[in-house]
Amino acid sequence: MRFRLTDDQRALRDGVRQLLARRFDAEALRAAVRDPVRLDRALWRALGDAGFFALRLPEADGGVGLGLPEAVLVFEEAGRALLPGPLAATHLAAGAVPGAAEGETVVTAVDGGLAEWLTEADVVRGDTAGAVPLRSLDPLTPLHRVPGAAAAPDPVAVLLTAAEQLGTAVRVCELAAQHARAREQFGRPIGAFQAVAHLCAGMLVRAETARVAVYAAAVTADPADIAAARLLADEAAVHGARDCLQVHGGMGFTWESEVHLHLKRAWVRTQRAGGITESEELLAADLVAGTP
Amino acid sequence: MDLTYTPDEEDFRARLREWLGTALPTLPPKPSPDDWPARRAYDLGWQRRLHDAGYADVHWDASPTTRLIFLEETEKAGAPYVGANFVGLLHAGPTIAAEGTDGQRARWLPPILRGEEVWCQGFSEPEAGSDLAALRTRAWRDGDHYVVTGSKIWTSHAEVADWCELLVRTDPSAPKHRGITWLALPMDTPGITVRPLRTLAGSAEFAEVFLDEVRVPLANRVGDENDGWRVTMVTLSFERGTAFAGEVVACRRVLTELALQARENGRWDDPALRRRLGRLNAEFRALWRLTQWNVSAAEASGGVPGAGGSVFKLRYSHARQELYDAAADVLGPDRLDLDRPWTLDRLSSLSYTIAAGTSQIQHSIVAERILGLPKGR
Repeated sequence: MRFRLTDDQRALRDGVRQLLARRFDAEALRAAVRDPVRLDRALWRALGDAGFFALRLPEADGGVGLGLPEAVLVFEEAGRALLPGPLAATHLAAGAVPGAAEGETVVTAVDGGLAEWLTEADVVRGDTAGAVPLRSLDPLTPLHRVPGAAAAPDPVAVLLTAAEQLGTAVRVCELAAQHARAREQFGRPIGAFQAVAHLCAGMLVRAETARVAVYAAAVTADPADIAAARLLADEAAVHGARDCLQVHGGMGFTWESEVHLHLKRAWVRTQRAGGITESEELLAADLVAGTP
Repeated sequence: MDLTYTPDEEDFRARLREWLGTALPTLPPKPSPDDWPARRAYDLGWQRRLHDAGYADVHWDASPTTRLIFLEETEKAGAPYVGANFVGLLHAGPTIAAEGTDGQRARWLPPILRGEEVWCQGFSEPEAGSDLAALRTRAWRDGDHYVVTGSKIWTSHAEVADWCELLVRTDPSAPKHRGITWLALPMDTPGITVRPLRTLAGSAEFAEVFLDEVRVPLANRVGDENDGWRVTMVTLSFERGTAFAGEVVACRRVLTELALQARENGRWDDPALRRRLGRLNAEFRALWRLTQWNVSAAEASGGVPGAGGSVFKLRYSHARQELYDAAADVLGPDRLDLDRPWTLDRLSSLSYTIAAGTSQIQHSIVAERILGLPKGR
């Protein structure tokens, strides 16, 4: 049992982090917020070139031939960077929808009564009859409300969503700690005040708990492990983003601050299928499984 | 990332499981929690069995993963805890092994492993609390002895202990982390008074220990004079991520029992309660993964502990309290019945956010050592 990142996994994570820092930096994020309805196709192709979508396709089919553990590391980085677009849907379509693996085709899916990026997508999986646009809470995720019964979620989509939430949880903890070290009030950094320090520590504890749950679920692919990862990652992302906003004080409540974008995206992801109620019920059923 | 075990590790697991299958049915009945002499005999008896089977030193010499397997399998099989042998096996023993002389190792280690001598821990003091280094118990030299005066508190097993690992202040003028010395104190030395301390759970779990001019040979000092804080820090980190491994396995079993009980008494039909139990399932699954993660990290770093232990302890102590709060809701009116084991467990779980560093202390450790926030007040 060696439950830690291998050198290759570390290299993959660092490579993706560098790619995203280059291709989707703070300025690109600002630009995307200013002009929110367009998906950056060049970025999408760059992700395709880097193997983001073809990661789990066998090498014989032109893929990278890696597994779920590598996929969650890559999606964690996407969450960290607030990367916009129907990432999980396109990733899941690789090999089934032509051009998805290469990042030529943008694929979205109907999920939890919503469809993200419907008008920008080239291919939509699921029935979008009667779709109505919403004025989306997240400026970087255009949304349509889609009527009809929700299909059972793909466990891999649930896990990748959890990985994105993990990325958010880790990032907002970093942002809060940075701010708490730098911002001075009453003549000292606010991080020296226990009330602030303990808020930050709580964020880290939730993020690290979510991390092991997400990574373990990627290794086992067990539905109960995936549901657990989803629950803990949702909690870490949403609660963490709110606490990050609190640590930032008045500035955290402004449009200029990056914090609200993390919170809004975290809220969007909680709405995807395999959400809180479903996960809790699945995990409750798991406790009594196998007994009459 | 890998959650499978090596063939050697699986082999260890299989042999242990087989041995537990033959050893446990011959175990004597568990003594009452308040009968300390009986508990001592029971716990040492189990240690002797482990020793004879070759498992005595698993806490000392085995790899962290092997130790994790040991804790997982013994808990799953319902084997006794280390109990009265806790301090000797998990604390004083490793301290002496790392910092003692050859003579000290030869004198003290074999009786711990064979289940012959019980140790208790004389660290905490009434005036020190979370600020362990603020201890005041004084020791001064008189010929080839130290003379010790002061008092200790929260000392488990003190009534039945043969030895006490004792921290004393040998240099009051030094900064508080210096000037502390680690001594092995025989508990039958004149001048020691042990007074049991009744907890809110009704048991005499702890004791206060009063020391009045107690003479301890200089030869009983482990490490250098005034270097006791460093000696202590070496062992406080000894458990390398496995400190609560057995308990997490136990909590997962309790959670399953809770769900089955709830289904029997109809509480399962309450979606709010059902979902709470589902969330606890997520929590304890994650705590098990956190254990495996910390053990793997310890193994990769050659046993150097990170602050991961604080992350685990914060989350675990809270989850354990949530678990027994949920148990109370499953029990309904029986939640007030002390004869229901979950009621007592609920009471004892209240100590988890206090003992071994309060949650507030742990939050500060995480903030300062992991997040690099400035030291606060």
